[in-house]
Amino acid sequence: MNFARKVQILLWKEVKSELRAKEMISAMLVFSLLVVAVFGFALPSDRELVKQVFPGILWVTLTFAGILGLNRSFVSEKQNDCIYGLMLCPMDRAAIYCAKTIMNLLLMLIVELITIPLFFVMFNLTAPPNLSLFLLVLAVGTFGFMSVGTFLSALAANTRSSEVLLPILMIPMIVPILISAVQADKIILAGGGFLELKIFFNLLIVFAVVFTVVPLLLFDYLLEV
Amino acid sequence: MKQIQGKKGQVGALAWLTFAAITIALFLVFIYAPLEATMREVQKIFYFHVASAWLGMLAFFVVFVCSILYLIKRETKWDIYAYTSAEIGVIFTSIVLVTGPIWARPIWNTWWTWDIRLTTTLIMWFLYLAYGRIRASLGEEGKRAVYGAVFGIIAFIDVPIVFFSIRVWQDYQKTGLHPIVINSQGTGLAPDMKPAFFFSLFAFTILYAYLMQRSVKIETMKAEIKAIKDNVLG
Repeated sequence: MNFARKVQILLWKEVKSELRAKEMISAMLVFSLLVVAVFGFALPSDRELVKQVFPGILWVTLTFAGILGLNRSFVSEKQNDCIYGLMLCPMDRAAIYCAKTIMNLLLMLIVELITIPLFFVMFNLTAPPNLSLFLLVLAVGTFGFMSVGTFLSALAANTRSSEVLLPILMIPMIVPILISAVQADKIILAGGGFLELKIFFNLLIVFAVVFTVVPLLLFDYLLEV
Repeated sequence: MKQIQGKKGQVGALAWLTFAAITIALFLVFIYAPLEATMREVQKIFYFHVASAWLGMLAFFVVFVCSILYLIKRETKWDIYAYTSAEIGVIFTSIVLVTGPIWARPIWNTWWTWDIRLTTTLIMWFLYLAYGRIRASLGEEGKRAVYGAVFGIIAFIDVPIVFFSIRVWQDYQKTGLHPIVINSQGTGLAPDMKPAFFFSLFAFTILYAYLMQRSVKIETMKAEIKAIKDNVLG
């Protein structure tokens, strides 16, 4: 059985258990809808003003919704010592990390599909002039923070105060993503092209690559004890 | 019991050396170095601000190296080094974050700006506070050491990325106030200020070594006492 097949099997297990429990997705979705509503109340309805702050609001919402989901990602494995079952599987531990990351990305995709259009509707914004570029930044940014987030979630899950710890670990870690993605989105909303935001995009790519490779190298250590 | 006392002489020597170095640094900073033409007395804070910043970076680098060594060799001493170094680093980074705004207020007319150095230092400070939180929320020693080491590594890898992202962001907005004292052309300091500056760096480095030695000793003693307790209690 090759690596991809193993990841696929583990991913299927994740999808199945999430379909049954709907624990993560429901929390993430309800939370992000609430945030959309709260910002709706809190911000003035001036469209030009909202355009200025929208990228920031978007990424803050995604970050917190992501953290909410990630908090459950490994904690659920602690119940009934499921994590030992996973560890006993005759496969590279990196497969567990990959399957969890892909699962978390799928969940984020659902959240983004529902929340982001709602944001645009709620704030009466027109679709970004360069939609594919907007989606590209969204994809790379989400991937970056989910790959490091899944790793940190595995780390936090084994501590006494995991739910409180994860945001403390994760937010300073993903500062590069927040900065680059928010700046890139600002440029996109202002009508800029790829060349203008290339440097921010490159940073997102660098972050995503570094924080995919490093967790893969270090993931074994988190599961050994 | 035999080893708990440690080598008393060595600790004493380093303590005296630190005391002397800091005293000389104080003399050089406050008496020898001239007053800066426009900034006057406020500029004196710079000597300790830069020295603390250097010490913070050094301490976090030590965390990184010791974390890697711990994961490879699994010797408790590397874990103790990493942990104490992180503690010292956080303290001195806090000093940087406090002295910076005190200087900036009269000079820049603002307490804080989202400059590269300021922001990177702040994020670094948060990262190593988080490192401390990981250790505080883990009871078992082995796990605490491994998890600490893993985070110590990824946090340090994150710092340059944070630095560059803020730099790009700053370049984009064309801001950035922080003076760059040392660059490829040398230092931007008056000749009479140089001894004070470099000696402060030196004195703080010795201070770091001394603090490390003390804290490592305390941690080692804690470990030994725990071992004795476990032994007695069964």
